[in-house]
Amino acid sequence: MSGPRRWRRAAVQAACVAVTLFMGVPLYLITLAALSSRESLNRFPLPLLPTDPSTETMSTFLRSTGVTGGFINSLTVGLGTVVLALLVGVPAGYAVARYAFRGKDTYQLFLLLVRALPIVVLSVPLARVFLDTGLYDTTYAVMLIHTALALPTTVLITAAIFVGVSREQEEAAMIFGASAPQAFLRVVAPQALPGIAAAAMFAFMLSWNEVLGATVLTLNQRTLPAQVLTTLSDSPLAYRFAGGLALVLPAVVFIAVMRRYLLNMWGTTLR
Amino acid sequence: MSTVVMENLIKTYSGGDKRATDDVSLEVADGEFLVLVGPSGCGKTTLLRMVAGLETPDSGTVSIDGRDVTDLPARERGLSMVFQSYAIFPHMRVRQNIGFGLTMRKVPKDEVDRRVKRAAELLQLSEYLDRYPAQLSGGQRQRVAVARAIVVDAAVLLMDEPLSNLDALLRLQFRAELKRIVSQLGTTTLYVTHDQAEAMSLGDRVAVMREGKVAQLGAPLEVYDRPADQFVGGFLGSPPMNFLTARLRDGALAIGDASLPAPDHLSTWDAGDVVVGVRAENIQVSSDAQPGWVPARVEVVEPTGAALLLTVRLADEQLKVQAPATFPASPDQAVHLRAEPSALRFYDPSTGLALTTR
Repeated sequence: MSGPRRWRRAAVQAACVAVTLFMGVPLYLITLAALSSRESLNRFPLPLLPTDPSTETMSTFLRSTGVTGGFINSLTVGLGTVVLALLVGVPAGYAVARYAFRGKDTYQLFLLLVRALPIVVLSVPLARVFLDTGLYDTTYAVMLIHTALALPTTVLITAAIFVGVSREQEEAAMIFGASAPQAFLRVVAPQALPGIAAAAMFAFMLSWNEVLGATVLTLNQRTLPAQVLTTLSDSPLAYRFAGGLALVLPAVVFIAVMRRYLLNMWGTTLR
Repeated sequence: MSTVVMENLIKTYSGGDKRATDDVSLEVADGEFLVLVGPSGCGKTTLLRMVAGLETPDSGTVSIDGRDVTDLPARERGLSMVFQSYAIFPHMRVRQNIGFGLTMRKVPKDEVDRRVKRAAELLQLSEYLDRYPAQLSGGQRQRVAVARAIVVDAAVLLMDEPLSNLDALLRLQFRAELKRIVSQLGTTTLYVTHDQAEAMSLGDRVAVMREGKVAQLGAPLEVYDRPADQFVGGFLGSPPMNFLTARLRDGALAIGDASLPAPDHLSTWDAGDVVVGVRAENIQVSSDAQPGWVPARVEVVEPTGAALLLTVRLADEQLKVQAPATFPASPDQAVHLRAEPSALRFYDPSTGLALTTR
């Protein structure tokens, strides 16, 4: 191998390591702190290896008020958002990818416009509407606003992936005996799975991380981030680390589960 | 076995101002291999897609075996198709790809296996049944697409430029193979191509299309030998037919300074000029002057191996002439040309239509 190529490879490797460290070190430190006892956190110098693991901090955090409920609410809202966003967004993405219709460009522009509005601006009038309709302070309220926020990415990601599956494949399926829905389910959907998984991931992450809307629209049915955020400022250091870990872990698990759909599924890249 | 009848098919795409097919009526006989050929945008693919049920005509009907299928969805028309892009499913193994049509029609599994195996043998795909399409070469993918189309035993087989994505050598090989397979099956076939050589070599009959209409329909050699208009003559054949403008005077055709006796059937033609059409291989060439031969000058010499293709200048016209491979020719050389009167075709210079005795 020639010199420049080797240098290039080395640089790529180094960049990969750097990015991994950038993402991984904070995760490691948070995990370490959350699994240390309160006293060992204040020790100096702080040990960087888990010399004295303890579940004390974590269990205190998990037993404190609102955490379990918030966790369950967050999961409900997150998964609900994924389902709703896919239910509405996948057909919309398909339509954008396949059909020419009046107002298509305007539609795509307005999709993005939703994200241009600050969440607070959306939440306050919505709180009013939800109060009137009795949706206020329910997980459904949060689910709805998160779905609205997740839809643009869902539509755009799935549209991009549907464009990649040639129309002729669908036509072939229909020639060989499939109805339009069958052609979609048997030919298009399996190939669009990675894109749908990515869209699901985005929707879940967005919902899991979103604080502002969830805080405005709920009082008692707080999601975990909303719960942690409101109590964070009055909490001891250890509690914050535990909260951090509790927030990160489910997200990491969700990504790990969806990741296998993201990888190409048939041994080689799709063509 | 089946016939396909297209009647008065008109289709205009939304946003297009011209008709993609303009009142086309065609009939594919039982077991016939009919080729639609023409330049891009001539409406041949649109016509095929209307037969397939992938496109709805504005007016006109499509009947298969006497049954009007114009309003039926593709899957109920009892046909099968090979697509230009192959359109095989990348997420299925070759086995499932070939068996797709049978599986969709709920054929019992052991019968699917049996028929897939037979089709794979016919197309030499037996070793690849458990591979994914991405692990195949372009030629093999094309075979999968053909196998998938023939395994369903449909009454009508449609093919949309199936060879156009293959490289030249492979295309030539597979063309012959395709002809053998289809004639063995005896399926009624409608085949679309823009490649005139493919059309000539495959079709029982050839329909040359231009601007949404059928310019000429006939057996390949008939269409090649007697083009109904200048467009067909210029489209079919490599090189295309030569066209020269000649002045008709006193029973003789004058091309520049040269003069040829005019055939009898032109005696009623009094419009002055006619266009003479002649194929390159029907022109004889000699380096010596002979009585009745027309002098010309060589401009370009292109050896093709089997023959020598000469571009010569005759008066103000350029001609392609096919000479024997051994013919001694060099640029700027004077040569003499002659053509059998029976090999000459005559066209109306204003309409481009053939002037015939009929």
